[in-house]
Amino acid sequence: MRTIETDVLVIGGGATGTGCARDLAMRGIRAILVEKGDLTHGTTGRYHGLLHSGGRYVTKDPQSATECARENVVLRKIMPHCLEDTSGFFVTTPWDDPAYGDVFVKNCRLTGVPVQELSVQEMLRREPMLNPQISRVFEVMDGSADSFLATRSTALSAEEYGAQIWTYHHVVDLVREGDRVTGAVVEDLRNGERIGILCAYVLNAAGAWAGKIAAMAGVTVTVLPGKGTMVAMNHRMVNTVVNRCKLPDDGDIIVPIHTVAVIGTTDVHVPDPDVYGIEPDEIQFMLAEGDKLLPGFSQYRALRAWAGVRPLYKDRDVVNDRDIPRTFKLLDHAERDGVEGMLSIVGGKWTTYRLMAEESVDALAKRLGNTRPCRTAEEPLPLPPTEHQTTFRPPIRTTGPGARVAAEVEALQRAPLYWLGKHLSEVEREQSFADLICECEMASRSRVLAAIDAGAKNLDDIRRDVRMGMGPCQGGWCIYRTTALLFERRGEDGLSQANSNDALLHFLQARWKGLVPVLWGDQLRQARLDELIYVGVLGADRLRSIAEQGGGLVTDNPAVATEYVKA
Amino acid sequence: MDHIELSLTQSLDHCIKCNICTSACPVAAVTDAFPGPKYVGPQAQRFRHEGQPVPDASVDYCSGCRVCNQVCPTGVKIAELNARARAQIVAERGLPFRNWLVARAGLVGRMSCGPHAPLLNFGLRLAPARWAVEKVIGIHRKAPLPASSTYTFRAWFRKHRAPTTARRQVAFFHGCATNFYEPHVGKAAIAVLEHNGFEVLLPKQQCCGLPLISNGDFKAATSAHEANVQALVSYARQGIPIVGTSTSCTLTLKEEAPEILALHSEDVQAVAAGTYDIFEFLRSLAERGELKTDFRPIERHLPYHQPCQYRAHRLGSPAMDVLSLIPGLVLEESHAECCGIAGTYGLKQEKYQIGMDVGAKLFAMVKRSGSDLALCDSETCRWQITHGTGVASKHPIEILAEAYGLEL
Ligand SMILES: Cc1cc2nc3c(=O)[nH]c(=O)nc-3n(C[C@H](O)[C@H](O)[C@H](O)COP(=O)(O)OP(=O)(O)OC[C@H]3O[C@@H](n4cnc5c(N)ncnc54)[C@H](O)[C@@H]3O)c2cc1C
Ligand code: SF4
Ligand code: SF4
Ligand code: SF4
Repeated sequence: MRTIETDVLVIGGGATGTGCARDLAMRGIRAILVEKGDLTHGTTGRYHGLLHSGGRYVTKDPQSATECARENVVLRKIMPHCLEDTSGFFVTTPWDDPAYGDVFVKNCRLTGVPVQELSVQEMLRREPMLNPQISRVFEVMDGSADSFLATRSTALSAEEYGAQIWTYHHVVDLVREGDRVTGAVVEDLRNGERIGILCAYVLNAAGAWAGKIAAMAGVTVTVLPGKGTMVAMNHRMVNTVVNRCKLPDDGDIIVPIHTVAVIGTTDVHVPDPDVYGIEPDEIQFMLAEGDKLLPGFSQYRALRAWAGVRPLYKDRDVVNDRDIPRTFKLLDHAERDGVEGMLSIVGGKWTTYRLMAEESVDALAKRLGNTRPCRTAEEPLPLPPTEHQTTFRPPIRTTGPGARVAAEVEALQRAPLYWLGKHLSEVEREQSFADLICECEMASRSRVLAAIDAGAKNLDDIRRDVRMGMGPCQGGWCIYRTTALLFERRGEDGLSQANSNDALLHFLQARWKGLVPVLWGDQLRQARLDELIYVGVLGADRLRSIAEQGGGLVTDNPAVATEYVKA
Repeated sequence: MDHIELSLTQSLDHCIKCNICTSACPVAAVTDAFPGPKYVGPQAQRFRHEGQPVPDASVDYCSGCRVCNQVCPTGVKIAELNARARAQIVAERGLPFRNWLVARAGLVGRMSCGPHAPLLNFGLRLAPARWAVEKVIGIHRKAPLPASSTYTFRAWFRKHRAPTTARRQVAFFHGCATNFYEPHVGKAAIAVLEHNGFEVLLPKQQCCGLPLISNGDFKAATSAHEANVQALVSYARQGIPIVGTSTSCTLTLKEEAPEILALHSEDVQAVAAGTYDIFEFLRSLAERGELKTDFRPIERHLPYHQPCQYRAHRLGSPAMDVLSLIPGLVLEESHAECCGIAGTYGLKQEKYQIGMDVGAKLFAMVKRSGSDLALCDSETCRWQITHGTGVASKHPIEILAEAYGLEL
């Protein structure tokens, strides 16, 4: 077994782990990050897409609220290209306690969450589709965030500073010598090779899987996986994040992100973060809740459903699951369990990932005798090669709580904030409309090729980079095109036609999973056409016999398979 | 939001990306500048956001011919989405003077119509003048501009003596072209209607607003439509049919203006429901056995092009149906999607060639027929056909008047 040595081994390529790797590298600490799937394979890639203002937590979880409010501003400065300044409303519908509005405002003030009440008339002017029976509206600094792009950009920065990012490397064991964790054994899922990693510290950032990782070192960390399901609708009927003004509950937020509007989420305890399904009643419930915010919501075209698992950390002294705080926690296993060489960072939100990384790396740096300060809040992230170097700047927000920050972000004169028309405008500028691979999401050939060249290990990786296959047709036209490009590009590196076939089947299956829960109306019609294309025309149902895993790709590996139990 | 409005704005959700519209679009077939209906319609729409800058420009190459709407298997209102997207561009970037001008058919007509028309027409036939117009205004030097008439249709109508035997009434919507360029089409229509026992009333009216809509000037289009509705609604309410010879004008009153401009008042709906294309109206008379059939035979074989704006009425082929009653007359249908002019589209310097290429199929068919006359219901299409083939063109109502042996 090959063995490699480093200072810190970060486990988990979600927002948190990747943020840690960047922070470590920026402080000059050697780090290797291992992730069993692609970056964002876990919860980070399956979340709701909301850059929290903090409003959601002002009453039940004030600390989280304050953290979100601070990080919201920081992220706008360091990753404008990943964020859309949608702004957000908290609205009191006829189903909500009208008294909560005043409590909400008071608690916003207490927790430092900028808020401003609007007239219902003004709300309807800005979002005419919202329920006219809404009685009060509060505007906050919510935004929407592309976690794929953010994590990719963070990893790129980490690599620029010398960190190593190993995706498709599965931690199969931790090495414990006496009271000390000294390293890990990882398996390269592309070829099954096992590699030993020796390190001074292991940083367990495995999210909902953190308990499984800790168990490898004989330490108990109770992470309760709370599954949340979301439904993406075919287009944005609102351009502002809309939250119900009440204590956090299921199906109470609509997030406009990229070309879709996403309603979410549910919260169902599941025994294992790798085994869960999407239930029909969850979908039905959320669409019905959507109708309360936006009459007719359930009649729009649903594109797809998916689920992620919340990494809720249950402290040893908490008896009742409902009292679990939503803030993050850094566990020092030396203090807590008498096991040296390992820290776990658990809980939290996407919005606070950078802060989580900062605290974790502060603790590690101290132990390693490194005194360099954290700079991740000041230095902006680089753009990955799949991104357009856009020069166009949409006008900045001039009203609402976000106006001041928008001006501040703009003043930095770095990459502009993301805006909905971005990819269309770039395609128009380049006149590349005849060269689109994914037409629905406007992914041009050059961007798809950039994603392939960046090291995609299957088609799903390309999807995360350029949104290929995420539009209305869910891959009907782009899957076979992308497969052909992959083969063209990697054929010389040993990727065979059979490997390409396997990539195609794998991705078709992955897309199908998310379609099954919403198969009615337009999306059923779409699925029928897609079936005609893949089965009727291309004979994909007979491809299995000439499909083969390999060629540097990772497809049906059990380590990265998510079981949808019933769906 | 009103259900008609929802059925338009939400129709992008029905797109299953089948590309049938893209294969059928006559513009996409002839130019790379236009990405096609699927792209500029339901696809691009998902990237548009009223509060943000307009991200695209290629939608301006849509001619508005509505072929895409007709072929779409799921009912996406592509042409309407495109018209609205163009209006957003205009609202943001302003209307170029050229488009402002060509969108005002009535204004241009009023200025050029009259005793000075021959002089003006002569001037506009001179190459240097057209070269200057192209350079300064952007109207292609070869584009088919109509010759202005020395008198207006309305002026003629005021002096016209109607028979006193009429039993029923219709209101006539003449549109700009008949009033300023082709009064003879209106005269033929009046003659046919009167011959069938109608008293023809002439309501006050403005341009139907279609050129304003298709050039994205929704503000002006809205006031035009509102004025027309105000002038026409009393007729509609009394059950007096509003009949027009311009298929695009009647389509605008019936459907385009209400849908695209989101005007859905009861008055608007009443006018929409009470408006008929002239052959739609005559065909319904024929179906009830009320159309006079004292036709003289016309032993001719003529090519006929049903304009795209007429097909958009979804009525089948009323003109073919009625003209088939004329003994001896044989019409050969063009089966061409579009003549390419699409109102003011093919006049524009950057779109002229596209328009000619779109029309090529139709021109070839007309030339192949060997006829010296082609029939078509829409005025701009007639001018385009004549421009593309050198063959004279007439409105089918003129042939019908001839078959009745009516003096014009
Ligand atoms: C339904 C839902 C909606 C949410 N919406 C929002 C939102 O809108 N806004 C917001 O701010 N937050 C949201 N959150 C919270 C947020 O998504 C998570 O807190 C955050 O993404 C967690 O990131 P992470 O990096 O800690 O964990 P993860 O992203 O789960 O990363 C852990 C990684 O560890 C990897 N891993 C596990 N085991 C191994 C192993 N043995 N070897 C190698 N790698 C391994 C996994 O593959 C995974 O990629 C949401 C959460 C859920 C569940
Ligand atoms: S209206 Fe005509 S030109 Fe425009 S997209 Fe449709 S088919 Fe093409
Ligand atoms: S024909 Fe209709 S469904 Fe097909 S791509 Fe065009 S708009 Fe979409
Ligand atoms: S010009 Fe004629 S055929 Fe063409 S666009 Fe008009 S009505 Fe259609």
